[in-house]
Amino acid sequence: MILARLVLKSLRQHLLSTAVTAGATALATGLLLAVWMVRDQAQAAFTGMTGGVDAVLGARGSKLQLVLNSLFHVDTSPGNLKWEDYEEIARHPAVALALPVAVGDNYRGFRIVGTLPEKLAELEWTSGQRLTVRPPGRMFEPTLREAVVGSFAAAKLGLKRGDVFQPYHGLNYTPQSYQHEEEYVVVGILAPSNTPADRVIWIPLAGLQKMGGHDPAAADEISAVLLKFKADNPLTARQLDSLYNKQGNRLTFAWPIAQVVAQLFDRLAWLDRVLALVAYLVVAIAAGSILASIYNSMNERRREIAILRALGARRRTVFGAVVLESAAIAGIGAMIGFAVYAAVFGIAGSILRAQTGVVLDPLAWHPVLVLAPLGIVALGALAGVVPAWKAYRTDVADNLTPHS
Amino acid sequence: MSLLEVADLKKSFTAPDGIRRTIIDIPHFAVEARQQVALKGESGSGKTTFLNLLAGILRPDAGRIRLAGSDVASLSESARDRLRATTVGYIFQTFNLLQGHTCLENVLLGMAFGPGEDRARAVALLERVGLRDHLAHRPRQLSTGQQQRVAVARALANRPRLVLADEPTGNLDHASAREALRLIRETCRENDAALLLVSHDRDVLGEFEDVREFAGLNRAVNDRP
Repeated sequence: MILARLVLKSLRQHLLSTAVTAGATALATGLLLAVWMVRDQAQAAFTGMTGGVDAVLGARGSKLQLVLNSLFHVDTSPGNLKWEDYEEIARHPAVALALPVAVGDNYRGFRIVGTLPEKLAELEWTSGQRLTVRPPGRMFEPTLREAVVGSFAAAKLGLKRGDVFQPYHGLNYTPQSYQHEEEYVVVGILAPSNTPADRVIWIPLAGLQKMGGHDPAAADEISAVLLKFKADNPLTARQLDSLYNKQGNRLTFAWPIAQVVAQLFDRLAWLDRVLALVAYLVVAIAAGSILASIYNSMNERRREIAILRALGARRRTVFGAVVLESAAIAGIGAMIGFAVYAAVFGIAGSILRAQTGVVLDPLAWHPVLVLAPLGIVALGALAGVVPAWKAYRTDVADNLTPHS
Repeated sequence: MSLLEVADLKKSFTAPDGIRRTIIDIPHFAVEARQQVALKGESGSGKTTFLNLLAGILRPDAGRIRLAGSDVASLSESARDRLRATTVGYIFQTFNLLQGHTCLENVLLGMAFGPGEDRARAVALLERVGLRDHLAHRPRQLSTGQQQRVAVARALANRPRLVLADEPTGNLDHASAREALRLIRETCRENDAALLLVSHDRDVLGEFEDVREFAGLNRAVNDRP
């Protein structure tokens, strides 16, 4: 009780330094939590967002590029494959679903993906859940110039059912981009799935293949085939892996998806380490600022400490008060840190969503949400030990009279 | 047995010139329970050092200080803190109030490390010294005389057996000094506390029946070059 009051009084008396050091700690906590949570969730989202797709077949090239392009709708396509390749894999007895996709156009930066509507409707993106069109919309017809727009893309583009748009050529949009003459009618908006499908405009496969300005020789080619096997059959997948990747030299079979996406995080590991290092450095600086601010105030506090000691306070009481004050500053900072975390997470999450369609949840439980603030409070208490030692050693008799 | 009994008390310090000088050398000194004693002495004669030794703030080089049945000199620092928190009240010339705390909180601090906080007693003490309406005031919001009255209330907060007052009127004008002295003496009586007051003010000393010359007690004063 008395310790708590002494700490509260001291925090109030040194309000400016308390605010500055708590602010630095808040920044440290927020950054640490955000780096940790965004990395963890992004990794889980990318490696776990394979529901419905066991493998991807595409042109010869990088497996990671193939998966990123066909499943996450980022990066460029490694090339095309022939319609016969699609038919061959679609006929394979172990394949439950083969979804051909073709890319090459966009509408104001949002990718247009050509596919077969009946196959698209069959794909379960997450267990037991298929992509559905918000009523009263409907799926596009395979032979008409119709489009179904992902929820995120529709919101960003302001597209609604009945709107008409003309695709732009290429995967990236610039005002100078060539605009196709074909007009597509939006017949439906997809219900949000929190998957990359939300930021895609889906049109008939034939429509994209035969778009004016596209190479007529490639009119029967596609960009990739998303595959779902009938059962979790690693033997079949291994056979196909061997068939396409080792014996053949024309196509690439990306399997298993999670392992392929994990390569992305392996490549980004350095960035992860740099961000973590920055966060830890900020934490260290925050702890150092707590130490410095309290330590520097010890000169002006010596008389106060001497008075408390003259009133009967023991050395360990004043030591504990200083350590508690330091921990309290760290605790206040850690609490405010959740607001910083929410802000940083919100910005990072919205960028990630805009770029990949992956949705992160700032409220998702993770032990670091408790352990990091506790660790920071412990570090704060540790930072208080040095000034507390100074308080502990304060000479009572020398400091009872004011020094000018 | 006396409430306070000092025998062969010695304390020396190393001066800035590196020479160790004896500041206190008191063969005998005693104060009875509820007795009010004034110590007369010049500035720099070691009176404050003597009070700090009695309160257990300083440890003597030699000798014995028996206070309320405990040998202060032989106690550990922690035990001396405890004794001070429960048995001694201290009034300083500069009041030594904590500026960030209200009057009430300052008085509560006077009992916090000893018998424990008793808000009703703290309020009653402040009422007794005429500060009933200033409980939530901070020291800087009070006059010098009022600050000294808070210090008096704080010194009595832990129900001390002995109140040490070090030049308690040194910072007050004549009228305030007389009033503060009256208050200190009355409240000590009301609380059954003995009072040992140090001063060099003739008016203050004139109020006491028992005035002792510090120079007469402390052989170190006479030995100085």
